[in-house]
Amino acid sequence: MIKRVVFFFGDATHAMQRRRLFYLALGLIVIADFLVAREHAEYLWDRLPGWSAVYGFGSCVLLIFVSKFLGHRAGLMRREDYYD
Amino acid sequence: MTDFVHPALLFILGALPIPFLNGSIRKAYLLLIPALAILAVLTMQSGSYGATRFIGQDILIAKVDKLSVVFAAVFTIMALIGMIYALHLRRAGQHVAAFVYVGSALGVVFAGDYLTLFLFWESMAFASAYLVFAQRSGPAIRAGFRYLMVHVSGGVVLLGGVMLHGLTTGSLLFGPIEGGMGVAAYLILAGFMLNAAVPPLNAWLTDAYPEATVTGAVFMSAFTTKTAVYVLARAFPGTELLVWLGTAMALYGVIYAVLENDCRRLLAYHIISQVGYMVAGIGIGTELAVNGATGHAFAHILYKALLFMGAGAVIYVTGRRKLTELGGLYRTMPLTVALYMIGAFAISAFPFYSGFVTKSMVVAAAGQDHRAWVVLALTMASSGTFLHTGLKLPYYMFFGKDQGLAAPEPPRNMLVAMAIAAILCIAIGVFPQPLYALLPHPVDFEPYTGVHVTESLGLLMFTALGFVLFLRALDPENTISIDTDWFYRKGARHFMWFAEKPLARYEKAVSDVSETVALPLLHRMARAGLRIDLNGVDAVVNGVARAILNGGGVLRRLQTGVVTHYALAMIAGVIAATAVFAVVWR
Repeated sequence: MIKRVVFFFGDATHAMQRRRLFYLALGLIVIADFLVAREHAEYLWDRLPGWSAVYGFGSCVLLIFVSKFLGHRAGLMRREDYYD
Repeated sequence: MTDFVHPALLFILGALPIPFLNGSIRKAYLLLIPALAILAVLTMQSGSYGATRFIGQDILIAKVDKLSVVFAAVFTIMALIGMIYALHLRRAGQHVAAFVYVGSALGVVFAGDYLTLFLFWESMAFASAYLVFAQRSGPAIRAGFRYLMVHVSGGVVLLGGVMLHGLTTGSLLFGPIEGGMGVAAYLILAGFMLNAAVPPLNAWLTDAYPEATVTGAVFMSAFTTKTAVYVLARAFPGTELLVWLGTAMALYGVIYAVLENDCRRLLAYHIISQVGYMVAGIGIGTELAVNGATGHAFAHILYKALLFMGAGAVIYVTGRRKLTELGGLYRTMPLTVALYMIGAFAISAFPFYSGFVTKSMVVAAAGQDHRAWVVLALTMASSGTFLHTGLKLPYYMFFGKDQGLAAPEPPRNMLVAMAIAAILCIAIGVFPQPLYALLPHPVDFEPYTGVHVTESLGLLMFTALGFVLFLRALDPENTISIDTDWFYRKGARHFMWFAEKPLARYEKAVSDVSETVALPLLHRMARAGLRIDLNGVDAVVNGVARAILNGGGVLRRLQTGVVTHYALAMIAGVIAATAVFAVVWR
């Protein structure tokens, strides 16, 4: 059982199925976010359905590119023998 | 039966017989001691134990309350899991070190005064350093040495703070720092923050943990930073500085994790990130925030150990640790993949995993405390956590490009240890109430609200979308990243350069001048002095002596002893005196 689940995520033969499931899940989550009750809205974004999806995607992209910028342009990344 | 058996004593004294035991007796013994310790923690009663006086100070070996019990509980559980993971080791050294390490961490957790705390604090540093040295490779020994140097320096700062604190308040008892933050409080805080790996005092962690042994790193990931979280929660709740440092830490770790190629170094950066939530929670200092920090420490120890065990299993069977050299292992290691992923879901705070019920308490506490920026930053760090430990690391380690490695599942004891940790990660996520009951303050928090579930899933799954779309940008690169250890690694080199080049050159120039100019001059002066001495002084002295000698000879000849000679001399003398008298008188 565990093996089959792991293979489903690894094998190229299921790539199409995986992608469909993934986009289906994304759609369902956004729809669900519009349906849930929002009682304790502390901040503006708490009242916006779908906000967390936008923020998650934005955070991910921002983190990747800011880090790579710091690594490549600001010189954080060095050759492996840098300290030798 | 007494109310309290100190679990630190169980581990530290219990370490003594390990080298003399063999085979299955040793294995049984290694599991018996942590099991007894768990029992000791579960049955202990709140109160103070071992109060005494030493060098004029009140000493309190053990103070038991809810905060210390929750940390002790997870420490002893973790000791059992870590021991199961390390059961296959043949050498006793690492077991002994791990026992002393766990025992010292428990000693810190129960310490009621700063002296007891300091002793266990230092012994923790030395015991854990052994787990790095035991790897025995050159880089490991150098990293272990740096680790030890950093912790001993931190210990000195802590000791300085403790001494000042003792002098100003007149007591060394350990508790919340009262009154304003003085020099003593800041020194103690710095000592604690070093162990919590708060930037810029963080680089020892990501430097040493990836170099430790496979089994040693599992212990290290659990104890040092979490004892630091405990002492911060005990002494500095509500310290504003910690809110900002903790929030910065949470993002610092995830930013570095993007750049990382070494699998355990990536996980180590996520320790910094996750401890950031705890430090921020302690800084906020409300009941919910301290509960969140404590609960998150509890959950973190288990899922982070699980992640380190998973990465360790891969290193154990493949001998490789760089993401650029790994890939395609899912075919031969499906169990490891599945168990690792449970840890990854737990750290990412997926619903029904432990991180979901603990991390959200810290974020909610920041929200209740009207700290919008902290909420946004911590939420962003959550996204980054899933991006790295849940997506990037497993993708490049287990899936991705197949490197054709012959990698079987790790030994059974490793899988069992991972399975126990995984079960606990899910159990806490599904039934958080027992953990909430352990927390220091009464818990009035419901993690499973519809909006919290959909928001978490939205955040995490759209992070996954970003990962899928920008996968190529995340490809690991064969590099290392500069962190604050640059200052002492390069700094030490610059110091040595200064000692070897300018300082040594100056020293050589001075000695050259003395050899080519000063010494010959001195020689010549000495020779001239000698000549003056021999030819001048000695000649004068000798001449005078010779003259006196000759004079004496002449005088001796005058003393003939013949009366007529003396009479003649007297007559001559009288005549001469008369002549002189006559001349002068006139």
